[in-house]
Amino acid sequence: MVPIQVDGVSKRFRRQTVQPSTTLKSAIVDFLRGRKVSESPATFQALKDVTFAVPSGHTLGIIGRNGSGKSTLLKLLAGIYRPDHGKIGVRGKVGALLELGAGFHPEFSGRENILINGIVLGLSKREVRQHLDDIIRFAELEEFIDEPVKTYSVGMYMRLGFSVAVHADPDVLLVDEILAVGDEGFFQKCYDKLAAFRRRGKTIVLVSHDLSTVSRWCDTVVWLENGRIQDQGMPQRVIDLYRQHVAAQEAEVAVGEHLRIAAEVSQAPEVETANRWGSREVEIVSVKMFHTSRQERYVYQSGESVRVVVHYRVHHPVPDTVFGIALMRSDGLWCYGTNTAVEDISLPPLGEEGNVEILLERLDFVAGTYYLDVAVHALDGYPYDYHHGLYSFTVKSDLQEVGVCRIPHSWAIKPLVAVS
Amino acid sequence: MTTIFQELLAYRVLIQTLVVRDLKARYRGSTLGLLWTLLNPLLHMAIYALVFSVYIRNEMERYPAFLLCGILPWTWLSSALFLGTTAIIEGGSMLKKVFFPPQILPTVTVIATFINFLLSLPLLFGVLLLFGVTFGWSLLALPLIMTAQFALTLGLTLIISAVSVRYRDIPPILGHVLTFWFFLTPIIYPVSSVPERFRALLSFNPATPFFVAYQEALLYNRLVPWEAFGVMIGLGGVVLLVGVLIFERFRWSLVEEV
Repeated sequence: MVPIQVDGVSKRFRRQTVQPSTTLKSAIVDFLRGRKVSESPATFQALKDVTFAVPSGHTLGIIGRNGSGKSTLLKLLAGIYRPDHGKIGVRGKVGALLELGAGFHPEFSGRENILINGIVLGLSKREVRQHLDDIIRFAELEEFIDEPVKTYSVGMYMRLGFSVAVHADPDVLLVDEILAVGDEGFFQKCYDKLAAFRRRGKTIVLVSHDLSTVSRWCDTVVWLENGRIQDQGMPQRVIDLYRQHVAAQEAEVAVGEHLRIAAEVSQAPEVETANRWGSREVEIVSVKMFHTSRQERYVYQSGESVRVVVHYRVHHPVPDTVFGIALMRSDGLWCYGTNTAVEDISLPPLGEEGNVEILLERLDFVAGTYYLDVAVHALDGYPYDYHHGLYSFTVKSDLQEVGVCRIPHSWAIKPLVAVS
Repeated sequence: MTTIFQELLAYRVLIQTLVVRDLKARYRGSTLGLLWTLLNPLLHMAIYALVFSVYIRNEMERYPAFLLCGILPWTWLSSALFLGTTAIIEGGSMLKKVFFPPQILPTVTVIATFINFLLSLPLLFGVLLLFGVTFGWSLLALPLIMTAQFALTLGLTLIISAVSVRYRDIPPILGHVLTFWFFLTPIIYPVSSVPERFRALLSFNPATPFFVAYQEALLYNRLVPWEAFGVMIGLGGVVLLVGVLIFERFRWSLVEEV
C-alpha cells in the first residue's frame, strides 16, 4: 500500500461571482416568486480524472501553469476538499504547508501561537512543549517570541509558521510554493529541513513554478494542464515537454499579439501617433518576422536567424528612398540599427508595391523582450513612414548571460605550472 | 451523523486550545473583559428594573433578581448565536489551509460563551443574596438545565454558522429575530402575568421551559418537576439533531465558499 493513491479524481467548483442568491432575503424572494434558484449554478472543472500514486519515500513534483489545478489537488490530498468523483487515499499523518502560520492570532505572543498552531497541525500539547525551544530556535525568534505576532515582520511570521509546520513531523508533507519566503539564509535552512525529511524516507508532494527546483528535488513529476494530467513520469522528460509546450503557447500568443498590432496599423494608415509618423509618400503596409521561409514567428532562441519582411506601397513617386531597421531592448536601449544608405545598397525602381527583406543571420541577443523599428525616409532623413516600437519579439536563451548581445567567443584554460 | 461528534471528540485538544484562545483574547491583561461580562447584564437589569418597577410601577417582588435569572442565560444563548454567524467565516483562513472539522468553530463559540455565562454566575448569586433569596436543593437542577440549554444552543449555532457562510445578510436578520424572541420569552415578566388566552403563545416558544426552570430553581427555590426536565432535554436533543443534520448538508461546501 503506497502512502498516496489518487484514483480518477474529479473536482468541480461553483462559480461564486455569478451566484444568484448571496443574501437570505433574495433567496426567500426568489423562492416566493417561484423562481428556480438556479438548479445548476455555473461550475468550473478544476480537476478531471486525475490518477497517480506516490511510493513511500518519494518526492512528487506537480507542475503546470496558474489555474491548472495544482493547489486544488494539494488541498484534496490534505483533506480540505472532498473530491466529486474518484478516491484519494493518504496514509499517515499529513502535514500541509499550504500557508504558513494559518490561524495565527495577531494579539497573541509567538509562544502562544506556537501552541495553537502546533495543535491545529496535529501535535499534542506535550509534543509542542517538547519541541518549543527547537521551534523558536529554528525560527530565529528567541528575542521576540513573547511579543504579539502582530508586531512581526512578514519574514518573521513566515519563519515561525514554517518552523512549527516542520516540527509537526508529518509522514506525508504537502508543500505549496511557500519556500520563496524569508531571506537567503532561512531559505537554505528550509531546504535543508526538506532534505532531512527526504533522507528519513518521508513522502513529499511539492508544487512549484520553479522548474529547476522540481527537477533537482523530485523523483517523479505530474504535469497538470487544465485540470487533467498531461503527462507524468521522470522529471527531466516531463519538464522538457512542459517547457516546450509553454514555449509553443507563448509563441502562439506572440503571433496573435503581432497580428493585433498589424491590424491596428493597417486599419488606420493615415493616423499619426507617438509610434508612427511620416508623410506617407511611401507607406509601410506590414512588417513580419520569419524564422524559416514560411513560418511567421516572434519568439526566438538566441542565435537563430530572422528574416524581416517589410511590405511597402508607393503612393507618390519620390526621388530618393532609404529603408532602415533598428532593434531596441524593452528599456529603450538601441541595440543595433542600419539602413540601405549607410550600407550603400542601391535600390532598384520600387514600382507601386513590393517587399524589402533583411536577413539577420544570427540573432545573438541575450534573453529578453526587444522591439523592432522600421522606417522608410528620404536621404536627408525626411520621414515617409516611420514605425517606432510597434513590433515586439522575445529572445530566449538557456544561458544566464548578461549584457545586450552575445559576442562569438571561445574559452581556453592553460595552466602554466602543473600541480606537483 | 455520529461522525460530527466523533470528530469533535478526536479534536478535543484543539477545541480546548481555541476556547482558551477565545477567552484569553477577551480577558487578557485587564479586568475590563470580566467587567464587561458582568456590567452588560447588570446594565440590562438596571434599565428593565427602572422601566418596569419605577416608571410602570409593576409591584413584583425582588424584580431585579428575577430579571437577572433570565438575562444571564439569555446572554449566553444570544451571544453564542451572534458570534456563531462569524465563527466559520473568521476561521476561514484556517479552514482553507489546514484540515480540521469545521464544526469545531461553532462548538468553540458555544463553549466559550458558556464559560462566560459560568463566570457571571457569582454576580447572580450575589444579587440573589442581596434580595434575601435563600438557596436549597433546587439548585441541583442547574447542571441539568444548563446541559439541555447547551444542546439547544449548540444545535442553533451549528445551523446559524453554516447558513451564514452562504447568506451574508444573516447577522442583521438575526438581530431582529433575537429582539422579538427576547420579548416573547418570559425573561422580563413571569409566565403567571401572561393572560390565560396568550399562554399558548408562550408554550410554542422553545426557550420558555428553560427560563421558567431557571427562575424556579434560582429565585423561588422550588424543585423543577421531572416533566419539565423531559421537555428541556427533549427540545435540546431535537434541536441539536436538526442542527447536526443541517450542518452536515453544508459541511463540504463551507470550505469552498467561506
